[in-house]
Amino acid sequence: MRRTVAALLRKELLVELRTLESVPGMSLFALTTFVVFHFALNQNSVSGDEAAGILWVTLLFAAMLGVNRLFVADADQGGFDAFLLAPVDRSAMLLAKALALLAYLLVLELVAVPAFALLLLGPSLGQALPDLLVVLALADLGVAVIGTLVAALAVRTRARDLLGPLLALPLLMPVVIGAARATSPLLGLVHAEHSPARWLLTLGLYDLVFGLIAYAVFDFLLED
Amino acid sequence: MYGRGLRTLSIATVAVMTLALGLIFFYAPLEAEQGFLQKIFYLHVPLAIVSLCGFVAGGLMAIAHLRTRDPRWDMRSYVAIHMSLIFAVGTLITGSIWARGSWGHWWVWSEPTLVSFLIVFLLYATYQPLRFAIEDPERQARYASVFAIVAGAFVPLNFIAVRLSSEYLHPRVLGSTSNLPAKMALTFLVSVLAVALLYGTLCKYELTAKHTRAQLRALRRQLAGESAGTGRTMRRSASPRLALSADSSAPGSAGV
Repeated sequence: MRRTVAALLRKELLVELRTLESVPGMSLFALTTFVVFHFALNQNSVSGDEAAGILWVTLLFAAMLGVNRLFVADADQGGFDAFLLAPVDRSAMLLAKALALLAYLLVLELVAVPAFALLLLGPSLGQALPDLLVVLALADLGVAVIGTLVAALAVRTRARDLLGPLLALPLLMPVVIGAARATSPLLGLVHAEHSPARWLLTLGLYDLVFGLIAYAVFDFLLED
Repeated sequence: MYGRGLRTLSIATVAVMTLALGLIFFYAPLEAEQGFLQKIFYLHVPLAIVSLCGFVAGGLMAIAHLRTRDPRWDMRSYVAIHMSLIFAVGTLITGSIWARGSWGHWWVWSEPTLVSFLIVFLLYATYQPLRFAIEDPERQARYASVFAIVAGAFVPLNFIAVRLSSEYLHPRVLGSTSNLPAKMALTFLVSVLAVALLYGTLCKYELTAKHTRAQLRALRRQLAGESAGTGRTMRRSASPRLALSADSSAPGSAGV
């Protein structure tokens, strides 16, 4: 299992490195969205709830771009068939894809979070960074798991670009609630010590439960 | 046969529904603060409960479908979710009316149950488009079941998450039966029963209609001869298709 996942993940990252289909687009989208927010809200700097909201809306929608592209190559160019021919556990695909999406999200945030701090954020990010990293990590896990599941569900339908976000956004609502509520005290003008533990707990539990659900049902998406 | 018991069930539904309406308008006392407006609670809350239970039941039936691969489970899951969606629209409308009457706004974000309900509704609203976008009937059924399971598990999780996020601005007096006066509690329970019966009856009607249509199609195919029947492509549809041969449509052979 571990070797299969490693091989699949290596293939994913290699394909992404060679084609650069997802990550640059996601990052550029995030940067553009910050500019859009600046003009749409007519504000030079934001803080607190507003800042958390803008950050998470941007990250979430940028992630949707990655989710939409996640299985396209496999569906269109026979990757699914090749994988099904191999005598390996099918859950390896879920794990590898989720890890790949997680990696994309991390790179996206490596670009988007500093850009956000530079372009829009009023208070400095320095103090908040360690806590913010925890929130980002937990939320990324949730987005990666749900995104992979939804991408697999939507990719072989005729309206996949439409169905992906339509399915993913309601399912990610608890992640948005947890992440935004945990982030907003960190980005406030009066810096809070820590983000509230109950939000981190909510995020963690949601990740765990959806990880298990995805593991339970993913096999059924890969039967033909 | 699918139609068995339909008449009894319909009569029971009409009777309990009439009883519930009678209780609501003539037996249950007027609530001191909200007055007559509060009576929408006897419709709104049962609709919400029944449609949520229907969503979860759709998920359980989807599990049965994936385990047995019996297309009839897929059909039941589809009908349960379909009917729940309609009840959910009713819930949102009655909830909105209630909110307008008691707080002056058509929509209140501070009521966690209503907000969670909207999120669940938005998720399930994609069920039919998802089905419609998959042409192969077998894959359509399988993917729809996966969706139904994930969404069914999402229902309680979502309610917990949204409840956590709200600050309890409005006291939840009417949330449970434990703190209702006895007359109100009785009316409420009868209303729940009535709405649940209505849900069951409508589901059964839809199942019967779908099954009858499949039977009819099979018989027609048989009449026209196999070659003529198989050559025609079926219209694309979001609803599951029961592939019946004319033999299996003989009375008594297909159980509900």
